[in-house]
Amino acid sequence: MTVTRLDQGQRYRPRMAFLKKIEALMMEMQSPDTGIKTQTQTVMVASIPHAVTGNDILQWILQRLQITSEEALHLGDLFVKYGYIYPLQEPKNLTLKADGSLYRFQTPYFWPVQGWAADDTDYAIYLAKKNIKRKGILEEYEKEHYNMLNQKINYKWDFVIMQAKEQYKAGKERKKEDRYALDCQERAYWLVNRTPPGMQDVLEYGVDRVTDPNENKKNTMEAYRREIMYYQQAIGKTRVKSSVSLGGLVKYSEQFLSNDPILSGCLPSNPWITDDPEFWDLNAKLVEVPTRMRVERWAFNFSELIRDPKGRQNFQLFLKKEFSGENLSFWEACEDLKYGDQSKVKEKAEEIYKLFLAPGARRWINIDGTTMGITVKGLKHPHRYVLDAAQTHIYMLMKK
Amino acid sequence: MCDQTFLAIVFGPCDKCSKEKPLRPVYIKSEQLSYCSLCVEMMATEGLRENETLASLKSEAESLKGKLEEERAKLHDVELHQVAERVEALGQFVMKTRRTLKGHGNKVLCMDWCKDKRRIVSSSQDGKVIVWDSFTTNKEHAVTMPCTWVMACAYAPSGCAIACGGLDNKCSVYPLTFEKNENMAAKKKSVAMHTNYLSACSFTNSDMQILTASGDGTCALWDVESGQLLQSFHGHGADVLCLDLAPSETGNTFVSGGCDKKAMVWDMRSGQCIQSFETHDSDINSVRYYPSGDAFASGSDDATCRLYDLRADREVAIYSKESIIFGASSVDFSLSGRLLFAGYNDYTINVWDVLKGSRVSILFGHENRVSTLRVSPDGTAFCSGSWDHTLRIWA
Repeated sequence: MTVTRLDQGQRYRPRMAFLKKIEALMMEMQSPDTGIKTQTQTVMVASIPHAVTGNDILQWILQRLQITSEEALHLGDLFVKYGYIYPLQEPKNLTLKADGSLYRFQTPYFWPVQGWAADDTDYAIYLAKKNIKRKGILEEYEKEHYNMLNQKINYKWDFVIMQAKEQYKAGKERKKEDRYALDCQERAYWLVNRTPPGMQDVLEYGVDRVTDPNENKKNTMEAYRREIMYYQQAIGKTRVKSSVSLGGLVKYSEQFLSNDPILSGCLPSNPWITDDPEFWDLNAKLVEVPTRMRVERWAFNFSELIRDPKGRQNFQLFLKKEFSGENLSFWEACEDLKYGDQSKVKEKAEEIYKLFLAPGARRWINIDGTTMGITVKGLKHPHRYVLDAAQTHIYMLMKK
Repeated sequence: MCDQTFLAIVFGPCDKCSKEKPLRPVYIKSEQLSYCSLCVEMMATEGLRENETLASLKSEAESLKGKLEEERAKLHDVELHQVAERVEALGQFVMKTRRTLKGHGNKVLCMDWCKDKRRIVSSSQDGKVIVWDSFTTNKEHAVTMPCTWVMACAYAPSGCAIACGGLDNKCSVYPLTFEKNENMAAKKKSVAMHTNYLSACSFTNSDMQILTASGDGTCALWDVESGQLLQSFHGHGADVLCLDLAPSETGNTFVSGGCDKKAMVWDMRSGQCIQSFETHDSDINSVRYYPSGDAFASGSDDATCRLYDLRADREVAIYSKESIIFGASSVDFSLSGRLLFAGYNDYTINVWDVLKGSRVSILFGHENRVSTLRVSPDGTAFCSGSWDHTLRIWA
């Protein structure tokens, strides 16, 4: 059984913040002072006002947003794909051509809306109208849609046909230019909202959301209580001066710059660029001789040393020489407890206690009285994090 | 490395229910008590107490918020780009597609790298999850999930298993086997159960635990072997879309981002939200820690990426341009943290200089939305997955 769409109460279209931004640019483009200069064009026998060329659009975007022409063309192309601008000469080709091809701005009535998708009933009326105009004019995919809608909203079909006839009659009474313009607008709208096969459906947005982005859930008691609880504990938190923490971020990035293969390259070569995996062989987990860059990293901070398996291996050897190897072993055992199998927590905790913590234990580790006290108390009810305090203490010890 | 991640954690009997659990501080009538996460939840959802009205709660929340802003502002003495003035500018920057992985029959929704730096797992809208050796572009494993829209997938640290989930509300773990006649789906283990779609998942430091984020507004930590829920994280007011685990060795925190425009940092042990940031204007699609663990970046539907400093407890940078209109779906840092790669819904990838705040480069190539982006474990390349059915490796 394939689960294609479980209805679990997901209903809402996601926020589409980009729509408002495109709309703002569209308004600017059509503004008499700062917008594109439009012209009246003669297409077939009708003269169409307010047409612009693809090149005009491109230049305007270039100039307004100060970007390269590759970016401007890409952005303009998206405006056409989303139906904000439509082509006059090749109506079905929703791309922006950087030449004299003619385009017009779509009327705001037909702009994409965040709140809802284009309506099936409206589409049925549109197709019916097209059918009335000239029988057999519908394309294959439109015929399929039409038949499918006939079944889906059959109970409304009389209404659909009536509306189609009304709109067709009203259209005939308009001036030729207006009729032509409206036809173009409508066609462009439906190309975007009911894409033909082979064309990309740009309005697809993925999965519906569970919560309504347009509803503000903040005014509930629970929401306020949670906020209050959060703020109370957040206010008391220790904070660091920006200069200190930002300095830390900068320092980290400078320190690791030479190790960053994308910025500084890597020796002998980046395997993805030269197809030679030698770099990976030289840096294998437990390679015999670690590279110089790798060893340098261990000196950056303790975390780097202990995270690298080879580094940890070397550290263990060092500790053995200093007769404090059990510290690292204890730390590793704690990691295993924290991230390991939940069912084994109790027995692992007991083993660790017997081996490292109990008085007279074989590999007794040296932690202060308070930490030992907390740990022993916690061990009465073993928990994944019961050895955290002890582990932290040992970690700090090893760091020195 | 930052010592701030050593959070003091108290274990012991909860002041309310007396059970032995990890505790966190709560304040009742100016007195500080220690509650377990369950009692905290109950306290949050209880009815109005004496002398409380909805309006009084609202004004209390607002005044506390003001106080928090004051505390934050006291330490706000410098901006990131000012500190970064003395840093050398980046040189010429060229990145190209080095591999294109074709094989998915539908939109690629998520991908993750294996620790061996060359294998990746990717999942798509039609339910297919594929494991590739991206260096040779060979497909090594494929499994078809019993649901569509597999929005989350992750590689286990050992490289021996993968986890994935989506519209089935579950996170399932598949052990990877090289035996020819083995059917991967046979050994599948259902681990997580949410009440709505799974949006993100990640293994912790081992194969035995998984962290998940869901459309039902919660995150959760699970034990793989038993499927037991170890800890749940409540606080987002809407769908949670992304999460990332802190890289620090002793850090036990992770950050999540959701449709409530908030990025929240959680303590994995107690389930408590320890920091929260609400500066985006729209959904947060992606969060990723800075390599040092002291900061994280977020990518949002509002077309901006932002950097939040955890120690200073505030937003420190905004990466945006007037020409970038479409939402950022996915972000990741380069190894040194100097670069931020962000994939957008306008099919492009923008590369930002994290410290200076400027855009370094724009990469074209994908023919539909970039839905996922991850830098490889050794930082030699990054992989982007797109709704155009392909994945690309850039270096």
